[in-house]
Amino acid sequence: MDLDPLLLSRIQFAFVISWHIIFPAFTIGLASYIAVLEGLYFKTNNPTYLRLSKFWIKIFAVSFGMGVVSGIVMSFQFGTNWSEFAYASANFMGPVLSYEVVTAFFLEATFLGVLLFGRDKVPQGAHLLAAIMVAVGTFISSFWILAANSWMQTPAGVEMVDGVFRVTSWIEAIFNPSFPYRLVHMVMAAFLTTGFFVVGVSAWYLLKGRATESARVMLSMTLWLLLVLAPAQVFVGDMHGLNTLEHQPQKVAAMEGNWETQSHAPLLLFAIPDSEAETNHFEIGIPSLASIILKHHADGVVPGLKDWAPEDRPVVGVTFWSFRVMVGIGFLMVAVVLIGLVLRLRGRLFDAAWFHRVCVGMLPLSFVAVLAGWLTTETGRFPWVVHGLMRVEDAVTPALTGGVVLASLLVYIAVYAVVFLAGAYYIVKIIQAGPDREDVPAGEDTQEELRRRPSRPLSAVDQTFDTPE
Amino acid sequence: METIDLTLIWALIIALGVFMYVLMDGFDLGVGILFPYAPGDTARDIMMNTVAPVWDGNETWLVLGGAGLLGAFPMVYSILLPAMYLPVLVMLVALIFRGVAFEFRFKAKQSKWLWDVSFTVGSTLAAFSQGVILGAFIQGFEVVDGAYAGGMFDWLSPFSIMTGLGLVAGYALVGCAWIIMKTTGDVREWAYSIAHRLLYVTLFAIVVVSVWTPLMHDAIAQRWFSLPNFFYFMPVPVITAGLAVVFYRALLQRRDYLPFFCALGLYILSYTGLAISLWPHVIQPDITLWEAASAPESQLFLLLGVLFTLPIILGYTTWTYWVFRGKVTEHSAGYH
Repeated sequence: MDLDPLLLSRIQFAFVISWHIIFPAFTIGLASYIAVLEGLYFKTNNPTYLRLSKFWIKIFAVSFGMGVVSGIVMSFQFGTNWSEFAYASANFMGPVLSYEVVTAFFLEATFLGVLLFGRDKVPQGAHLLAAIMVAVGTFISSFWILAANSWMQTPAGVEMVDGVFRVTSWIEAIFNPSFPYRLVHMVMAAFLTTGFFVVGVSAWYLLKGRATESARVMLSMTLWLLLVLAPAQVFVGDMHGLNTLEHQPQKVAAMEGNWETQSHAPLLLFAIPDSEAETNHFEIGIPSLASIILKHHADGVVPGLKDWAPEDRPVVGVTFWSFRVMVGIGFLMVAVVLIGLVLRLRGRLFDAAWFHRVCVGMLPLSFVAVLAGWLTTETGRFPWVVHGLMRVEDAVTPALTGGVVLASLLVYIAVYAVVFLAGAYYIVKIIQAGPDREDVPAGEDTQEELRRRPSRPLSAVDQTFDTPE
Repeated sequence: METIDLTLIWALIIALGVFMYVLMDGFDLGVGILFPYAPGDTARDIMMNTVAPVWDGNETWLVLGGAGLLGAFPMVYSILLPAMYLPVLVMLVALIFRGVAFEFRFKAKQSKWLWDVSFTVGSTLAAFSQGVILGAFIQGFEVVDGAYAGGMFDWLSPFSIMTGLGLVAGYALVGCAWIIMKTTGDVREWAYSIAHRLLYVTLFAIVVVSVWTPLMHDAIAQRWFSLPNFFYFMPVPVITAGLAVVFYRALLQRRDYLPFFCALGLYILSYTGLAISLWPHVIQPDITLWEAASAPESQLFLLLGVLFTLPIILGYTTWTYWVFRGKVTEHSAGYH
């Protein structure tokens, strides 16, 4: 059989990781949002916050569940398909991934139970604590997993002994050169994704004239956050790019579609890179701009792909285009939040229907941006699994046969199609039902509130205000 | 540091992790295995609610097992997983279907039955493939230069099928004991009514595997049946038999908590028996713990973290079990 287990394993890994990353990208931000809503409710007793929190917790539960099950797949992929990589890198990857489990996964999973099912079983403060712990868990998890990924991009603090990496400095290995940039860039991306999701859903409610009160609260508070985050992300992304230029110049060459090492390198807006002919077709570019962005000077020399042997070059076409998609959406986000600010200042934020349509359109795009970003950095690392030290063809499990990997790939495609479509369907249903429909329609929240009052201090004080008698 | 055997400590931690997993996900997988036989839809709702707040934390022990194995015994990780490619695939897919069923089932209306099926089939297949992995692990693997060198179906044997079925029975038993402990009324009556049969089947599986294992490996037979070992290890089967009697009487007397703890005891004893058989080999027949270990600095670095966090994890895990203590009824609230 001519099936190549290496190629199929790569496709399989790309497939399962791409589906997986969608959920963390969403739940990292959402966990914090829920913690904020719970905190606001704790502080103000305003039932709108409770209603919103309950609504988002349902969506969180579905996405977190899908993140967990697709994440378990990830923790076994290394061993099943990349056993040589697993074995060689275990001295670093093993402890780092285990730290993620003991410091983050248990925290998230355990307190999630209390967040979902414990509202009536624990004091409100403990419930808020659970919400905060889940959010903290998502951050700790990002820390470790991005340390692991960044180490594969910019390895440090290790030496190769008898075919395995031995750690010489944990600090250097964990805080490897690209880690701080990637961590900040990814966590902000997660917040942006969640933010645009919330904005998109709120805008949809406003368009439909439903749940107006809740939608306004969500839209307003989230757009404030995004107004800071979206421009900041452009800035962080630029710094991340400069860091990549320093440590993985061939990746930047592929991102820019730049074949010749040159000064006055143009920023290509459009091109079809051709790896065979080592050139681009149909180039449209802005002269010298790539040099200015990367070197802050038109004379700056930008590395070209031809500096590397063909077998050492990244996947140019994918890296080039996914980078453009990510950056394009990033600037679109900035434009949207700025327009939002202008509308807000003119007092028209809640009735500009065209803007709400744009916001709904941004919802899927924010996920596309995360995927495109990861595609850029991962295909840009190719042909290395550990940059400069271990190639992908040396990483794959030797005992694998193409037939078996093809079978597992097809199984994953089929299973993910069913499961994630169903998940998306239920999330859409929750959104359609809306925050105000709740099992407790607006106003009855306060009734439920009253039943729980005795467990809280000052419970008697505002009781009379809430009871419409 | 020479005086402390980090590898041994790690073997104990991984053993604890796997045990926690087998016990904790054991009962919630068991609930899934028994799902279709429950007396009605309300009973199924109640059964699912007994495990819904904790299943996620339970399953995290599996992830810890995987990551910890990579961290402390990378050779085991990188031999076991390729050798078990297909059973691991089945297990993962099964865990996916049963994991999402927790969320989807309560959201679904017409398609609720679909997620019932997904929960049951997922739980059963996950249990079965874990048993198969255990069986193949006892059988041993073909290894050349520290890498798996066998075929993709080497795991398949009558023995591994037997251990697969055995674990399904064992999980169903502990799941049944869990239901007895956590429910009232009809659901609990039904659990009592099937518990005896599950106990017989599980004991039968324990006996068969215990007899079959030494027949496969001479070294293991040697370990158990040579003198004076025979007398040292005799308490394991004797206590198992005694516990089975206690279990049986606890069911007759309709005890609430005792059956669950008897099931727990059976797990510990089977586990001990297994450890006696396999020690000190982590890949049968001839790779020892120390040969499969990661670098000492890695084991130490991870050990510091685990010693610090494990008590905290056990602390808040205990807290959540305490929060959700007591019986679950149809009136118990969820967030759905």
